[in-house]
Amino acid sequence: MKPAAFDYVRAETADEAVQQLRALGADARILAGGQSLMAVLNMRLAQPSALIDISRTAELDHVRVERGMLTVGAAATQSSVEWRATLADEVPLLAQAFPLISHFQIRNRGTVCGSVAHADPSAEIPLVLLALGGEVVLRNASKRRTLAAIDFFQGMLMTARAPDELLEAVRFPIATTGQRSAFTEFSARHGDFAIVSAAAVADARGLRLAVGGVADRPRLAQWPAGLRGADLEGALNDFAWELEAQDDAHASATFRRHLVRRLGAQVLARVTETTP
Amino acid sequence: MKQIGRDSLHTVRLQLNGTARSAPCTPRMLLSDFLRDSLGATGTHVGCEHGVCGACTVQIDGVASRACMTLAVQVEGRDIATVEGLCEADGPMSDLQEAFKRHHALQCGFCTAGILMSCDDYLRRRPDPSGAEVRDMLSGHLCRCTGYTPIVQAVLETAALRRAPTTAIPDAISTSED
Repeated sequence: MKPAAFDYVRAETADEAVQQLRALGADARILAGGQSLMAVLNMRLAQPSALIDISRTAELDHVRVERGMLTVGAAATQSSVEWRATLADEVPLLAQAFPLISHFQIRNRGTVCGSVAHADPSAEIPLVLLALGGEVVLRNASKRRTLAAIDFFQGMLMTARAPDELLEAVRFPIATTGQRSAFTEFSARHGDFAIVSAAAVADARGLRLAVGGVADRPRLAQWPAGLRGADLEGALNDFAWELEAQDDAHASATFRRHLVRRLGAQVLARVTETTP
Repeated sequence: MKQIGRDSLHTVRLQLNGTARSAPCTPRMLLSDFLRDSLGATGTHVGCEHGVCGACTVQIDGVASRACMTLAVQVEGRDIATVEGLCEADGPMSDLQEAFKRHHALQCGFCTAGILMSCDDYLRRRPDPSGAEVRDMLSGHLCRCTGYTPIVQAVLETAALRRAPTTAIPDAISTSED
């Protein structure tokens, strides 16, 4: 199908983008890589009145390390991060997740910030951001604010972004010395949305497990660094039930809980160096 | 800043396979339709129109992308490469196309234009891919004829020949059963 008609604005600067967001109202959408939005428009699941194109906004197209974070601007593609030679050292969890995100051709155009802003509960990048305790930078025409990932994701395709705000950048904490991380997922076919995805991080802060595809948003469990054996298994089982999995066309709630326990145990074993 | 009203015709100018081309379109026109219907470049095929099948894959400034998930107005001034540009119309085929022919890596050909444009980009970035890496890259394309194996062989052979044009093709990838 083809998109319904919309007005088009190409923003040359981030200022223009946020001014247009304010001027055009809540029915306008930001268009970056378009690898979620264009599919939605083509299927007419959304019919925004206007698109504000930031895919060529040079000041938003950056990937850099600053203050211990890998900062990715709103126009930077997933490929531009994935093919970064130093990524596996900087944010190894993100490097592990990229090959599981859709396909090469989609990552070439899809943006990191777009995936975070879209907030699909099965998407990999939001899960990585949550597991690592990353941040999002939001700005409107008058001010800028920074939110922790855990406060940003609010529900199915719902975030704390106000209608007049642009998700300007996301920040992934650089891996600390001794930090271990692991990512895995189960999907029907390679590149499909995950039925369940799991990311684990072990460092000085303790054990963190983030799970996607089960609840209405990526969800995080945090445990003491030394939790092992039956205690960890019990905590993981409790977490699997807390997610309140639902039956849908892709998987039953029972199967999803099973996957949380299995995939959760796998990534936890990898970060705690134990046998699952 | 460029603003185009929903019903306004805007002339999009771009480079198509090295030639300056232009045509008017409204903001909602997809790059895939613009190439086929406005510029007459029908080598790019349209399948699912939501980014799943890969038939419409073209290169935008050398990067393999879905034309169905890109607006024509987004690529104003850019270099667009399509299957028509892989070789001269009456000249010899490119090494990648020759390898596809040798390995019977296509049958009906519907998916082929998109696959070639992906492989062309990928091999420039990854001149020595493993079979698993090629399969991973090809996961973004649906082919209902070949079963993919001949495509993987054609891509690996092209990579091997580019690295060592005079060396015999290794047995591991020259496994055609004829």
